[in-house]
Amino acid sequence: MTQDAIAADRSSVATGDVLYSIRDLSVEYGTRAGEVAAVDRVSLDIRKGEILGLVGESGCGKSTLGKAMMRMISPPGRITQGELWFAGEDLMTVSEAQMREIRGARLGMVFQDPMTSLNPLSKIVDHLTETITTHEPSVSEAAARDRAEQLIGRLGLRVERIDDYPHQFSGGMRQRIMIALALALRADLVIADEPTTALDVIVEAQFLDLLRELRAEFDLTIIMITHNIGVVAEVADRVAVMYAGRMAELGSVDEVFLDTKHPYGQGLLRAVPNIELDGSDLYQMEGAPPNLLHTPSGCPFHPRCPHVMPICSEREPAFAEVTPGHRASCWLFQEHDGEGER
Amino acid sequence: MSRIGILLIVLGGLAVLAAIGVGTAWLAVRRRRSRYAWFFLGMLILPLAVLALLPARDPVPVGAGGEVLVEVRGLRKWFPVQKGFIANLLSRGHTDYVKAVDDVSFTIKRGEVLGLAGESGSGKSTVGRLVLRLLDPTEGEVVVDGVDLARLDKENLRVYRHKMQVVFQDPLASLNPRMTVGQAIEHPAQIHLPDTTPEERKRLVFELLDAVGMSPPDFFYSKYPHQVSGGQRQRIVLARALITQPDLIVADEPIASADVSVQALLLELMIKLKDEFDLTYLFITHDLATTKYICDRIGIMYLGKIVEIGPLQEVFENPQHPYTRALLSAVPVPDPRHRRTEPLPTGEIPNPINPPPGCNFHPRCPIAAAGVCDGELPSLRPVPGSEDHLVSCHLRTGDHTHLDPARTGGPSA
Ligand SMILES: Nc1ncnc2c1ncn2[C@@H]1O[C@H](COP(=O)(O)OP(=O)(O)O)[C@@H](O)[C@H]1O
Ligand SMILES: Nc1ncnc2c1ncn2[C@@H]1O[C@H](COP(=O)(O)OP(=O)(O)O)[C@@H](O)[C@H]1O
Ligand code: SF4
Ligand SMILES: [Mg+2]
Ligand SMILES: [Mg+2]
Repeated sequence: MTQDAIAADRSSVATGDVLYSIRDLSVEYGTRAGEVAAVDRVSLDIRKGEILGLVGESGCGKSTLGKAMMRMISPPGRITQGELWFAGEDLMTVSEAQMREIRGARLGMVFQDPMTSLNPLSKIVDHLTETITTHEPSVSEAAARDRAEQLIGRLGLRVERIDDYPHQFSGGMRQRIMIALALALRADLVIADEPTTALDVIVEAQFLDLLRELRAEFDLTIIMITHNIGVVAEVADRVAVMYAGRMAELGSVDEVFLDTKHPYGQGLLRAVPNIELDGSDLYQMEGAPPNLLHTPSGCPFHPRCPHVMPICSEREPAFAEVTPGHRASCWLFQEHDGEGER
Repeated sequence: MSRIGILLIVLGGLAVLAAIGVGTAWLAVRRRRSRYAWFFLGMLILPLAVLALLPARDPVPVGAGGEVLVEVRGLRKWFPVQKGFIANLLSRGHTDYVKAVDDVSFTIKRGEVLGLAGESGSGKSTVGRLVLRLLDPTEGEVVVDGVDLARLDKENLRVYRHKMQVVFQDPLASLNPRMTVGQAIEHPAQIHLPDTTPEERKRLVFELLDAVGMSPPDFFYSKYPHQVSGGQRQRIVLARALITQPDLIVADEPIASADVSVQALLLELMIKLKDEFDLTYLFITHDLATTKYICDRIGIMYLGKIVEIGPLQEVFENPQHPYTRALLSAVPVPDPRHRRTEPLPTGEIPNPINPPPGCNFHPRCPIAAAGVCDGELPSLRPVPGSEDHLVSCHLRTGDHTHLDPARTGGPSA
């Protein structure tokens, strides 16, 4: 896809059907020191065909949210409340066996370190054909191999290399193999958790270009989890900003970057190095992200916020629309009596 | 024992020898045994000769480098590739090498920040470790403050090392978990500043804690590394580096493991410390965007070589090497309106054991000229109209600029 086509492409998914809907989801980790509220009453709709960027600093709950969407939270973590609607079904109510089926076939996940999900003793071709034949028993071995070869070629790897083992590939190639695995089953939704964080910039850019092409070609919906704000600006149609386990802001990439509402997002954008800007200084945001054992009261950003008002430490703002489709959880955009409640 | 002490003892010993020499020679002459006289005169002359040579060997002339603090010339580090027994037999003992650093030269002026950027595996960290002499070079020289580090013996190198400090990416790995913050910062001073009293050192630690923004100092002094945040740990590592009053700090990805908001704070701190303590930095990073905020000059590495080096602004605004251009253009920009201006190179970095012949970059280069780029190695030469902006590319600064598509009106990759 050309760089010019990206803009047009982005606006075409501005309004789409909802593919996945998260309602009031909370996830906690039980630790010796207490309960960590890693995801705290999050609601979010993912639209069919979009690339949704999920950003925030480390520890804000991005990976936990991604795993919860796959129902892959394991002890000491647990989903304490909420609904997960995927294609008309509440995943919280399906059996573990059904969930395994859905996970393999319709929800794909790509991690930062693909070696954790590839079997080092299996050739790439076996990974692919096995995935295909387990979920589609009617497909013959030969047909599965055909499909695997096509995918490998499509992802820019040489087809001969299909008989190599995972360790023989570079990081960038392994990420392509992970995507191939998701595509082998024609997944509807791919959740990619920091897929480019271990990659160098050129390989990262190649991978992001590929993701955009595949989205169009395979009608994919992608959630791109990353702490890298530049990557989100480059690839996402819509952006969700997380802070302290909660949603801080949500909107189109233009709204969130060019008309940022939440003071956290505003600070973050001015604190991130931008190679294109002329010699401005980086913004010095006060403090550090909070420990989620003790999420601050009211608006969790209030201890670091340059616009803090009395109400901010007392009551939590709603995650409400500022303009249609653009949400922020901040008192600056919501009616209040100015004093806060006793 | 201090260097002065050793020098006094040596001088004393030589004086005693000389005295014995003079005395016995005189006795020998008086007893007309000239054969012995010559022998004893030798005893006199030898110490004198040694004395005369001593000043020439003194390897720590402070400030001898003048304006230039670090000069690196023709540096190479080739790591032998470990092979299995059978593979070794098959190759008949022929050894392969990873050419981690392959003919690298640069200078850093006093007070300057030189950035070294490039993708992982390009050799940045190895250069850093060679400059600190944590590694011995296969070839080439590192001259710090006028002194060739290779010429220093162990003792002098140890003494010299306090002028150079290092800050790595992961502060948790560089801090001893059983030492308090105060002990960690003070530790190098016990070795390098033995003449200070414990009280003086404690005061120094407090001052440094304050300088790196860890206040109140007495609150942090007795904390352990795991009790403070990641950003604060890196501040501790910086304070520890400063206690020996170094001239040079090699910072190898110093902010890479911090969060965005914390990265900005650490970067600002490093700039402040540089001015306050008259430091010079070799700033190693894979993140080109951050170099913009701290570096005066920048070198771009690819497969063990510097392909472009010059004043940061010049390199960023007028990048010449096709690899530099691709790298700069691939950096993600936090602005959705931004569009990449250069095509991405295809493929990935080749194996450093068998780098491509000629220009290392030619198999991926959008403007490579067949018969030129795949043959001869281009050397770093100045960009026309600039003294200190150097590029190694046949078509940009070499003898084949007439083949450059940017000149002949073709695509300006
Ligand atoms: N297995 C676990 N046990 C205890 N706490 C955890 C575990 N995994 C994550 N957490 C905590 O949950 C919070 C969110 O973590 P995570 O979802 O990994 O954030 P992110 O992906 O945004 O960096 C953090 O405070 C983290 O310390
Ligand atoms: N001690 C070592 N032994 C063998 N190879 C090494 C060693 N250190 C680094 N290398 C190799 O040298 C090359 C350069 O590495 P490095 O200097 O760490 O690059 P960078 O810091 O740019 O990522 C890489 O190919 C790396 O694998
Ligand atoms: S020398 Fe040739 S191959 Fe190397 S960068 Fe220049 S044009 Fe490309
Ligand atoms: Mg994560
Ligand atoms: Mg390195």
